[in-house]
Amino acid sequence: MSETVTNTGWTPDQPMVSIKNLHKSFGDLEVLKGVSFDVMKGEVICIIGPSGSGKSTLIRCVNALNDIQKGSIKVEGIEVNDPKLDKLELRKKVGMVFQQYNLFPHKTAIENVMMAPIHVLKQPKAEVEERAARLIKKVRLEGKEQSYPGELSGGQQQRVAIARSLAMNPEIMLFDEITAALDPETVKEVLFTIQELAEEGMTCILVTHEMGFAREIANHIYFTDRGVIVEHGPPASFFTDAKDPRTKEFLSQIL
Amino acid sequence: MEVFADFFRDLYDTTGLNFVIFYEEYESERFIAAVWTSLKLIVICLILSLVVGIVGAWAQGAKSRIVRLVMAGYIQFFRNTPPFVQILFFYFVVGTTLERAGLMPLVDMGGWNEPLIGNFGWAVVSLSFFAGAFNVEIFRSGIEAVPTATREAAEALGYTRLKSFIYVIFPLAFRVCLPALNNNLVNLLKTTTLAYAIAVPEMMYTANQIWSDNVNVTEMMFVLFIYYIVLVGILVWLMHKWERKMIILGYN
Repeated sequence: MSETVTNTGWTPDQPMVSIKNLHKSFGDLEVLKGVSFDVMKGEVICIIGPSGSGKSTLIRCVNALNDIQKGSIKVEGIEVNDPKLDKLELRKKVGMVFQQYNLFPHKTAIENVMMAPIHVLKQPKAEVEERAARLIKKVRLEGKEQSYPGELSGGQQQRVAIARSLAMNPEIMLFDEITAALDPETVKEVLFTIQELAEEGMTCILVTHEMGFAREIANHIYFTDRGVIVEHGPPASFFTDAKDPRTKEFLSQIL
Repeated sequence: MEVFADFFRDLYDTTGLNFVIFYEEYESERFIAAVWTSLKLIVICLILSLVVGIVGAWAQGAKSRIVRLVMAGYIQFFRNTPPFVQILFFYFVVGTTLERAGLMPLVDMGGWNEPLIGNFGWAVVSLSFFAGAFNVEIFRSGIEAVPTATREAAEALGYTRLKSFIYVIFPLAFRVCLPALNNNLVNLLKTTTLAYAIAVPEMMYTANQIWSDNVNVTEMMFVLFIYYIVLVGILVWLMHKWERKMIILGYN
C-alpha cells in the first residue's frame, strides 16, 4: 500500500478531487448551480469561461476559502463540506496561488517560502531553508532570495508565490487566474513554471484566460457560464468542435 | 558636582530663583527618587498598554460574541470617561472594596503589611487600561488595513487565526498604525502625572511637595515642563527610530 492512503479510504486510483452537485451562493446570488467533475492524480484541468461565471469561486471552494451550501467536494477522500473539517489537513494537501500573488510584503522572497513550513508544519528551519533555496532556484529566481516582494516584478512575485505554495509539499495545486494581473512578457515565465510542474506530474486545477496555454497543457477543459459547466472535453476536441452555442460564442470572442 | 550646586546656590542668592533640588541634598534625593518612580511608572504603563492593545485587538476579532461584547464594553468605558476619574475609582473604590472584602493579598514589608496592589499598582492598572483601550482601537484600524487577500493567502497555507495574526496580520498592521500609536503613547506618558491624585511619589507629586516646602512654585513648574519635554522627546525619537527600522522595501 502506498503511503498516500489515508484513513479516509482514498486510494490513488480514485479521483483526487471529486466534486458533486456543488451549489454556492453569496446571499441570494447563486454563483454555482450544481457543478460536478473529477480530477485524477497527475491531471491538469483548465477551467475557462466569461467573467462572473463562478470559476474562481469554484476553485476557492476546493480549499475551503469559500464555504458551500449544497453538494460535496472530496479531496483525497476528505469531505470539504463538513462542519468538522480539519482545515489544516486539507490545506496541507492543497496549494493555492492567487491572481494578486498575495505575498507577505514584510518578508523576503525566501522567507515567504519558508514561513508556512516552519510555522504551520513546525519543520526544522535548516531543512526548510535548504528546500526553500531549491524551490527559489526551481522557479528561476536565484539571486532574488533576499529581495522583498515590493522589489520584484509581478511575474517574479508570482513565481515566489508558486514556490511558497510548493514548500508545503501539496498534492494538488490550484491556480486562480494567476497571469491575469501580469504584463504580457512576464506571463511566459510564470506559465513555463506551471508547465514544468505539470510535466513533473503535479495535479493542477487552473482558472485561466490563456487559451493557447490551456490547449497546450490541459488534459481536460471545462467551460463554465452562469454557474454551470456548459461543455467540457480534452483540448483537441474542445477548441475545434464545441457544440454549445455559448461555448462557441465565447471561443469566437477570445481566439 | 560641587560647582553645579554652588552655581544654583549662587543663583538663589543673587536672583531669588530657588532651584533647591540642585543644591540641597535632601531635596535632590527626593527629586531623584521621583525621577525613578515616574520612569518606572511610565515604562510599565507603556508596555502594559501595548500588551492590552494587542490582546484586545486579537479578542475583538474573536468568534465568541461574548468576548467581543466584553471588549466593546471595556473600550467604551475607558474611552468615554476621564482618566482622572478612573484613577480615583480604581484606588478608592476597587482597591478599598477588595481590601475590605479580604480579597487583596497582603505583603509583609518587615513589620507591617501592605496590600499587593497599592497606589502605584492602581495607577499602573488604571493608566494601562486607559491607554490600552485606545491602543486596541489603533491596532484595529491597522488590522483592517491589511488586505483580505493577504489573510486568505495565510489561510490557504494552513495558518490558524492565531498564527496568521502573530506572523502575518499583526506585523503588517503594526506598521500601518505606528504614527497613531506614537501619539497615544505620548499622551499616556503625560497622563501618568495623574498618579499625583493618589499620592504616587512620581514627578508631579514630588514637585508639589517640594514647592510646598520651599515656596518655589515657578521654578518647579519649569523643572516639570523641561522634564516632560525631554521624556517625550526621547520617546518620540525612539518611536521614529523604530518606525524607520520597520520600513519594508517597496511597500507602503
